[in-house]
Amino acid sequence: MAPKDPLQETFIEGSGNTYLSLQDSVGNLTLDQKRHNRFAWWFPFVLAFGMLQVMMLALTMLVFVGTGIWGINNPVGWGFAIINFVWWIGIGHAGTLISAILLLFRQQWRNSINRFAEAMTIFAVMCAGMFPLLHTGRPWVAYWLMPIGPNNLGMWPQFRSPLVWDVFAVTTYLTVSALFWFIGMIPDFATLRDKAKTFVPRFAFGMLSMGWRGASRHWHRYEQAYLILAGLSTPLVLSVHSIVSLDFAVSIMPGWHATIFPPYFVAGAVYAGFAMVLTLAIPVRKWYSLEHIITLKHIEWMAKIMLATGLFVFYGYICEAFFAFYSGNPFEKAMMINRMSGPYWWSYAALIFCNGLAPQILWSKKIRQNLPVLMVVCFIVSIGMWLERFVIVATTLHRDFLPSSWGMYFGTIWDWGLYLGTMGLFTFLMWLFLRFLPIINIFEVKELFYKMTGRHGAPKPAAAVAGAPEKVTADE
Amino acid sequence: MPQIFSKKANTYSRVSLFCLLALPAGAIMAGMAVTRGPAQTNVGMPLDQPVPFSHKHHVEELGIDCRYCHASVETSAKAGVPTTETCMSCHAHIWTNSPLLEPVRKSYETGVPIKWQKINKVPEFVYFDHSIHIARGINCNTCHGPIQDMHITWKGQYFFMRWCLECHREPEKYLYVNPRDPDKDPRQKAFDLYSLNKYGEDLTPIEWRNLEGSDLKFSKDQIAEGEKLVEKWGVKVKQLTDCWTCHR
Repeated sequence: MAPKDPLQETFIEGSGNTYLSLQDSVGNLTLDQKRHNRFAWWFPFVLAFGMLQVMMLALTMLVFVGTGIWGINNPVGWGFAIINFVWWIGIGHAGTLISAILLLFRQQWRNSINRFAEAMTIFAVMCAGMFPLLHTGRPWVAYWLMPIGPNNLGMWPQFRSPLVWDVFAVTTYLTVSALFWFIGMIPDFATLRDKAKTFVPRFAFGMLSMGWRGASRHWHRYEQAYLILAGLSTPLVLSVHSIVSLDFAVSIMPGWHATIFPPYFVAGAVYAGFAMVLTLAIPVRKWYSLEHIITLKHIEWMAKIMLATGLFVFYGYICEAFFAFYSGNPFEKAMMINRMSGPYWWSYAALIFCNGLAPQILWSKKIRQNLPVLMVVCFIVSIGMWLERFVIVATTLHRDFLPSSWGMYFGTIWDWGLYLGTMGLFTFLMWLFLRFLPIINIFEVKELFYKMTGRHGAPKPAAAVAGAPEKVTADE
Repeated sequence: MPQIFSKKANTYSRVSLFCLLALPAGAIMAGMAVTRGPAQTNVGMPLDQPVPFSHKHHVEELGIDCRYCHASVETSAKAGVPTTETCMSCHAHIWTNSPLLEPVRKSYETGVPIKWQKINKVPEFVYFDHSIHIARGINCNTCHGPIQDMHITWKGQYFFMRWCLECHREPEKYLYVNPRDPDKDPRQKAFDLYSLNKYGEDLTPIEWRNLEGSDLKFSKDQIAEGEKLVEKWGVKVKQLTDCWTCHR
C-alpha cells in the first residue's frame, strides 16, 4: 500500500456504503421523525425542557428582584455570571476551530463533525450571551452596551473597557457562526427538500434551501462564500477568547494581571469545546447509528486535540504560579499562596486534578478508544474548565488589598438555577437540532466518499478506508 | 406531488429578504420614536392635579415670584413644593369660598398635605441640585418650559441624559447676563424674565429662548459672551461631565 498523507486521510467506515446509504443515514434523521420516538431522544429532551423552566424561573426572579438574589456582594462582585459566561463562550470555540481552521488546513476528517460542532457553538454562545445581559440587573437597557448612534444618553459606551470589546467580539462571533452554519446547510436543505415525501418538510426545506438547484454556478458561489466565512471565523477563534481574557487581564488584580491570559484562555476554550463535542458526539453516534461516519478515528483525534490543548492549559497554570513567585510582587505571591492553601484550596486542587492530571490518561490509545472512559474524562474536563474560572474569579477577589473587607463567595440557589438552566437551554436546542436539521454535512460526506471510491462507488484500493469493516447500519 | 413553489415564490422570497432587514429596522425606529414621544416622556402633557393650580395666573398675571412658593430653590437641591400653609397665606383672605380650593382648605384643617402629582422627575440615581443651577443664573424655564403659559402644569423638557449633557458639555451656550444690569447677581436674574417681558422690555434672543424653554440657534457673539461668563463664574467645564457630578 502506498504511504498515505495522514493529513489527507479520509474515512467512512464499513463496506457496502453507497452515496444513497450515506445520505439516508443522516437525512432520515430529519425526514423520518419516527426514529426519534425513543427514550434516547425523549428523555434528555424532557429533562432539558424541565431545566429550561428552572432557567425561566431564575430569570423571572432576577428581573423582579435584582442581582441581590445572587451570591455576589463585597468583596466578590463578579460571580457566577462571568464564570458561566466564560465557560459557555469557551465551549463554543471547538465548533469554530473545527469548521474554520480545520477547513483552511484541509483536514477532511472535519466534515463528519463540523455541522454538529457549529450548532454547539451557536447554542453555547446564546447561553453565554445571556449572562452579560443579565448581570447588570437591568436587561431592558442592554442596548446601552452597543454604540448606537442617536441615543438618549448622549454617551458612547466606554471604548477603553474590555467589557465593550467583549460585546463586539461576541456579537461578531455569533453573527459569523450563525451565517457559516446556515450557508453550510443550504445544499443539505436542498437534498432534504428533494427527498421529503410530505408537504411540510418539502415546504420548510424548500424555503430554507433558497432555490438551490445544485448548478455549478451555485456550487462555485457556495465554495467562495464558505471560504470567505471560514477566513472570517479563523481569527475569531483566537480573538474572542483573548478579549474575554482581557476582562481580567486588563485589570490590576493579582492573579489576573498576566500576559499569559489570552493564549491560555484560548487553549482552555478549545479544550473545553472539544470535551463538549465529544460528550455529545459519543452518545449521539451510537443512538443514531452514525458510527460509520463519525468513526473511532474521529473520536480518537478529538481526544488527541483535547490532550494537546489540555497540556497548554496546564502549562498556563504552571506559568501563573511561576509568575507569582518569580515576580516578587507580595500581592501576587499572597494571592497564589491563598489560592493553593487558603479557604478555596479545594477548588484549586480539584482544578489541577480535572484539567491537569485526569486528561493525562489520554496518552494511551486504548483509553482514547474506550468510549465510556473518554466520556468520563470529558465530563471531568468540563467541570475542570468551570472550576478554572471559579478559581480565577473567587480566589483573586475574595481577599482583596484590604484585609478588613475579606470574605467568602458561594453561589446561591438562584446562581445554580440559572447555570443549570442554561445547560437545559443548550441541551434543549441541541436536541431540537438533532431532530429537525441535518446533523452531519451530507454533501461533504458524499464528497469524502467520492474521494475514497470514485464516481461509481467502487473502492479505490489505496484510499480504502481505515478501521475494520463493521456492520453497515446505514439503512434502517 | 405538484410543484410546491409557484412563480410567485420568487417574489415572496425577495420581499421576505427585504423584510428581514426592513422589519427590525422599522421596529427599532418605531421604538425610538415612541421613547422620544410624549406618550413616554410626558412632555407637554398636563396631569390631573387635586387642585387646578394655574402657573399662568399666579406667575404671569399676578407676578408672584417663583421663590414665594418654591422657597428652597436657591439654597437646596430641591426646589420644594409649597406647603398648604403657603397657599393659605393668600387664600385665607381671597377666594375663601371657591369650591376649587376646597382640597386646600381641607388639607389646612386636617393637616394632611395635598397629594400633588409629580411632573418633573429624574431617576433616583440622578442627584440634581437646583441651587447651583440658580446660582449660575440658569433660568427656571430652561428646564421647566414656558411655565408662565401653563394653566395646568406640564413637563417642559424630556430630561434625557443627552439633554442634560447638551448644557454640561457646552455651558457657554446657556450662561448669560441681563444686559440691562450686567452686574446683577446671576441668581437674581433667574427669576426676572417674566416681569421683564410683561412690562414690555425688549428681550435678547437668549432671553427669549430661555423664556420659551425652546431650542434656538446660538449666535457666535453670545457663545463668546458665555465663554467669558464660564471664566468669570469659575464653571469647571471638565468636571461638569464627570459621572459623579450627577450620579455621585
